[in-house]
Amino acid sequence: MGTSPASLRARTPREVADEPTRIDRLFGYLTSAAGATVLVLMVLVGLFLLLRAQDAFTAMGHRFFTTVEWRPDAETPSFGVRGLITGTLLVGLIAFTIAVPVGTCAGLFITEFASPRWRSLLTSLVDLLAAIPSLLYGLWGLVFLQDKIAPLSSWLARHLDWFPLFRVNDEPDYVGTMFIAGMVVSLMVIPIVAAITREVFSQTPQGEKEAALALGGTRWGMVRRVVIPYGRGGIIGASMLGLGRALGETIAVSLLLPQVPEETIRVLQHGGATVSGFIVQRAGGSGINVSGLMGAGLVLFVMTLTTNLVASLVIARSRSGVGVEV
Amino acid sequence: MAAALGTTDPVDTDDAGDTLELPAPVRRDTRPSTPRARTRRRPTELTGIDLATLAGCAASAVALSWLIFARLTDGVGWFGFVVAAYLTFLVLFALVTMDRVGPLVAADRVATVIVSTGALLLMVPLLSLIAYIVSKGLPHLRPGFFFHDQRGIEPSDPSTAGGASHAILGSLEQVALALAFSVPLGLTTAVFLNETRSRFRRPIRILVDAMSGLPSIVAGLFIYAVFIIPYADSVKVLGWEVFGYNGLMASLALALVMVPTITRTFEVVLRLVPDGLREASLALGASRARTVWSVVLPTARSGATTAIVLGIARAVGETAPLLFTAFGASLVNSNPVDEPQESLPLFVYRNIREADANVRERGFIGATVLLLIVLSLFALARFIGRDRTRKRSRRRRARAPHIDARPAEESYA
Repeated sequence: MGTSPASLRARTPREVADEPTRIDRLFGYLTSAAGATVLVLMVLVGLFLLLRAQDAFTAMGHRFFTTVEWRPDAETPSFGVRGLITGTLLVGLIAFTIAVPVGTCAGLFITEFASPRWRSLLTSLVDLLAAIPSLLYGLWGLVFLQDKIAPLSSWLARHLDWFPLFRVNDEPDYVGTMFIAGMVVSLMVIPIVAAITREVFSQTPQGEKEAALALGGTRWGMVRRVVIPYGRGGIIGASMLGLGRALGETIAVSLLLPQVPEETIRVLQHGGATVSGFIVQRAGGSGINVSGLMGAGLVLFVMTLTTNLVASLVIARSRSGVGVEV
Repeated sequence: MAAALGTTDPVDTDDAGDTLELPAPVRRDTRPSTPRARTRRRPTELTGIDLATLAGCAASAVALSWLIFARLTDGVGWFGFVVAAYLTFLVLFALVTMDRVGPLVAADRVATVIVSTGALLLMVPLLSLIAYIVSKGLPHLRPGFFFHDQRGIEPSDPSTAGGASHAILGSLEQVALALAFSVPLGLTTAVFLNETRSRFRRPIRILVDAMSGLPSIVAGLFIYAVFIIPYADSVKVLGWEVFGYNGLMASLALALVMVPTITRTFEVVLRLVPDGLREASLALGASRARTVWSVVLPTARSGATTAIVLGIARAVGETAPLLFTAFGASLVNSNPVDEPQESLPLFVYRNIREADANVRERGFIGATVLLLIVLSLFALARFIGRDRTRKRSRRRRARAPHIDARPAEESYA
């Protein structure tokens, strides 16, 4: 601060240097430390899960990934995550198929079709949907929605059984199914997809939209030719982020599914387990049991982290293409 | 049927519904040949005949799917019925509009209907969920629920006896402790992402995004793996098992869940702080740190509060990590660093899985209280953040007449 009189007298321009003060440097360290903490925490999560899963991995080896049953207490322990992974993927995919179109439509409606009043109302509604705890969704699905969907499942199973996913065993039970779990999980994924697609769609350049309309396009023509191509990256990223959320959804699924590991694609009948829901139901064990759960947790961590990282990269890229970061 | 109201011939809808064959030939005779002068037209306007088409298609769709599902096959339940009726409606509506106004407009109309349904699908489950849970729990909610715990309560006792004070106290303590950990970290990370020029901002931002998708159960497992497994029995401070199942461990797990929520919300608010303010401060010779401390943060104060409230809303309903950390109890334990502790979501989760009707009812009361807490936290967050949003929407409204004004100018030119 303050120029020295000598330099003024010499009439040479004062050298401008962006030298941080001590406080500035401290500020830099502090904020960088916060950023680094997040990084370190994520690494530690993976490391510690791996560490605690050691026993399970040494006991089972690669069979940990190919075994369907879960009997760590048996004389020759035999347990693995294969049954859990198939369940997780199935529930995730069902949720994904429902949530992506609905969420994208909601995002489109908010940006392109709604009046300003509806727009702000629906935007906060999306946030509210995201804020409702998973537990309450699960509870509602368990005691309310389940009975409403069961007749639909039974109809699908009876009339469309040529489709492999809709096949069932003899005299099946249509409650506690992966179909219902997927539907409930989709409710938790919809707000995520809607929020991100809304943000991406709202960044569409106004001029191009007006140009499309001025050329005589209908509103849908404008949306299809301008808004959707523009937001494609955002839609893909939002879908993947939603998938990641669906894979990690825990409490609702643990309430809705029996959590018995099995390898099946019969989503309309009672049965199924997911990694996260299974871990919750086995809480409070000890020894190799816990180690196995840690291994399952690690698998879940890796699955969701990969999906989310790819999704974030896609979204970030679609955003940086915009040029103007709000 | 109801299409008799329109100008298309009345048999069209029935034909289309029954046979589902080739669409009827496109007819454009309903269009006025020349626009009458000086009548203002809006392309999005709904005319009487549009409404009649909508109503007619809806009525015939309901009738048709009733015929197929309730009469000809053996029923799909009302959820399935709604789905089937909706799909039939879409097909009918597409055919009728196509016949009336041509494929281009029909595509627009049908797309509008589908997209609006997406928005409707946001609202219906939310309202249904709130209405159902509140209607199940509120009639049995007594003031005692907030003041008693489960001491001496048998499963057969009515659900109005006893309460969840232990759970509410536990939730309060755990969330408060979690705030103490997550708020400094979350806010500072947001400042790091938006107010510094570090090269690592992009990777960290992506990581925070990924972290917000971290399954909460993994957060619980992590705390369990780091502290509880190795140190639960061996480390004691003042005679307390600090690293056993207790509220402190729960709050650590919750903090891990809250950090990304707080960071992301606050970062968005920081981005809204006008750059002019920052530049003015820097131009006056203030240091970067001083600018953030005295200009940026005060401007974004309400945003910070919103971020924190949303973080609380996220944490207060978390169940999964608590099963591995707080574990749950049925009596009051006000000490968060020793012995298992209950929390409201745990209380709901455990009770709702019981077979006994009274116990389940107790779970519903807890769920109602939890829902009301989350709703009021959310309303609070909106209330705090309202100034900024109102200003923005007013600006948007101020711009809107300008856009509207253009066609008027053209018309008299």
